[in-house]
Amino acid sequence: MIREAQVPMREQDPGSRVHNFSEVPLGYSEEEARQEAGRCLKCKTAPCVRGCPVEVDIPEFIGHVETGDFRAAAATIKRTNNLPAVCGRVCPQEVQCQGVCTLGKKFEPCGIGRLERFVADWELEHGIQSVEPPPPTGRRVAVVGSGPAGLTCAADLRLLGHEVTVFEALHEPGGVLMYGIPEFRLPKAVVAQEVEGLRRLGVGIETNVVVGKTVTVDGLFAEGFEAVFVGSGAGLPRFLGIPGETLIGGYSANEFLTRVNLMRAWQFPEYDTPVRIGSQVAVIGGGNVAMDAARTALRLGAEKVTVLYRRTRTEMPARVEEIHHAQQEGVEMEFLVNPVQLYGSDGVLGEAECLRMELGPPDDSGRRRPVPIAGSEFVINVDTCVVAVGNQPHPLVPRTTPGLEVSRRGTVQADETGSTSRSGVFAGGDIVTGAATVISAMGAGKQAAAAVDRYLGAGG
Amino acid sequence: MHSIVAKRPLGPEIAQYEVEAPRVARTAAPGQFVVLRLHEQGERIPLTLADWDPSRGTITLVVQALGKTTREMHELYGVGDVIRDVVGPLGEPSEVVGEGTVVCVAGGVGIAPVFPIARALKEAGARVVGIIGARSSDLLFWLERMDEATHELVVTTDDGSTGRKGLVTEPLAEILAARQVARVWAVGPAVMMKFCAATASAAGVPITVSLNPIMVDGTGMCGACRVEVGEHVRFACVDGPEFPGEEVNWDLLLERLAAYQEEERCALDKYRRMVQEATR
Repeated sequence: MIREAQVPMREQDPGSRVHNFSEVPLGYSEEEARQEAGRCLKCKTAPCVRGCPVEVDIPEFIGHVETGDFRAAAATIKRTNNLPAVCGRVCPQEVQCQGVCTLGKKFEPCGIGRLERFVADWELEHGIQSVEPPPPTGRRVAVVGSGPAGLTCAADLRLLGHEVTVFEALHEPGGVLMYGIPEFRLPKAVVAQEVEGLRRLGVGIETNVVVGKTVTVDGLFAEGFEAVFVGSGAGLPRFLGIPGETLIGGYSANEFLTRVNLMRAWQFPEYDTPVRIGSQVAVIGGGNVAMDAARTALRLGAEKVTVLYRRTRTEMPARVEEIHHAQQEGVEMEFLVNPVQLYGSDGVLGEAECLRMELGPPDDSGRRRPVPIAGSEFVINVDTCVVAVGNQPHPLVPRTTPGLEVSRRGTVQADETGSTSRSGVFAGGDIVTGAATVISAMGAGKQAAAAVDRYLGAGG
Repeated sequence: MHSIVAKRPLGPEIAQYEVEAPRVARTAAPGQFVVLRLHEQGERIPLTLADWDPSRGTITLVVQALGKTTREMHELYGVGDVIRDVVGPLGEPSEVVGEGTVVCVAGGVGIAPVFPIARALKEAGARVVGIIGARSSDLLFWLERMDEATHELVVTTDDGSTGRKGLVTEPLAEILAARQVARVWAVGPAVMMKFCAATASAAGVPITVSLNPIMVDGTGMCGACRVEVGEHVRFACVDGPEFPGEEVNWDLLLERLAAYQEEERCALDKYRRMVQEATR
């Protein structure tokens, strides 16, 4: 008999976890993992593999978990995925591998993400197997940005024997994995360990280099790099453009999360960077970043955290699990509400005036467009307002790379292999697609690595 | 890792540092800044470049002990010590036009970032008048360097201990009234730049100021440094740091600069206790 439901993963209790930044899900034990692995049907068609942007051989690794050969399971995953501990935690498996799982047609799909996380953590705990990179080709490739796209591209290129240097603008590698995703969802030590794995593979990482400022893409070619992969992400925060947004207490989600995650403001004054958190916090937006900001605000000691979203629960882009976790912890959600003005005294935020909305006809995204209801204004008390309505592609690299074609939205134009309008320049991840997921950026990094390799093989 | 290769005191709590940063030195231009982080627990602070030497691979920074990080740097960081992170050059370079007479005004440690701007303007062919001021003579520095970088130099102190007694805006108003001036540059504390902007506006002369709001990443990612310039919200780190002074919302800048006063005091107190315990 097959278990109908996934083996549950133990979690920190909501009551206690809102007072700490430790990870919420606690992971499977070996026994639990083997039990969950036993639910896999090992179906011949393996739709899960095609559902995975980096095509992990899921049935094979799950088979190894079932027999207790965790090291073999890790080796299987790592053939195509160099950041399994990250993916096992932050991938939207429900719409990828698990979304097409055959078992899922009748019961709950196999817990592929949980198993991936288990295997990755097991390996980190028991010592990472060293992979011997093939003999050097003598070709040099620069990777711009050390987020999911850049790290994946770098690892694949290194495994193909090329010499790779990753350039990161911030002081820690990892991109959004370091500055964006909170500790309680993705411990920074896990990211650091995955990055360490790449270093051991021989990938060079230079932090504190802002490509487009410190050195341009053309400057990298002049330094002897033969190809450049641009994975500089969607790092430019979007604001609402409403009056009062510059009041103290108003943050972009990027600033709020960067202060807390990268700069460790939750450990102020042990760490120097502070963050302001009042008692009433409003988070504007309905995506995963909004959930991260809301849950972070609770942990920083806010009394009441409310997510204001201008559509309804159905249109929320956040993962179901994130919404569930946020609500469990006490985050309140107000739907069909949009702030129109922020008020304060002596420059400090105090109130937000909002409008109620209703859903009109569908817009370009296919979702029903929220339309303001006339005369529905109301005012709420707000000490901290975090704007999480999305990020735009970072303009620095496109702006300083002549001949690199850019769309009207500011994204770099690249085909599915990552090739751009400039010979030798490849791009992938959020800089090409606009803000998307970690795993799709990794998929793009992988495709681009193959394209770079072909380009170099063809004589560059 | 960035070693400090030279440190020279310039005043009671001001010092000049020469720091290894070869990539920054290679592409730096007047008006640009770096963000530095002293150590693992440190905050990221922006500092405008005072000078750079591509052949030595170093940059020069002038730092006054004001907040926690600058005080820590002043008291604990000397030659041979390593600054964990230095990133740059950030921001847009100054728009150097070598025509007409340009007045470069600097207040306090603003003398340091004005120096390369004045030098570039003079090299480009402008007639450069410098006005540098401080509270008292012991807070003035680089008089000789500024003398070289300008055609004329006016020095003021609030207490009259060196040069003319009074504020920098007084000689600025006189010069603007007496001569045809193409542009004013002002770098220093926000209040000083605010009054320079008012003085220049009154005389109908365009003014460029270098804004110093709180920053986190310094690369356009967070928006902590939002300033209002002529009704538009701009990011000082990527759109600036230089803006037309007559269009800046100074009150907003001053308010936002004080956003973390309490936390800054807390961090400074903690640092002082740490130093006391260590020296006991």
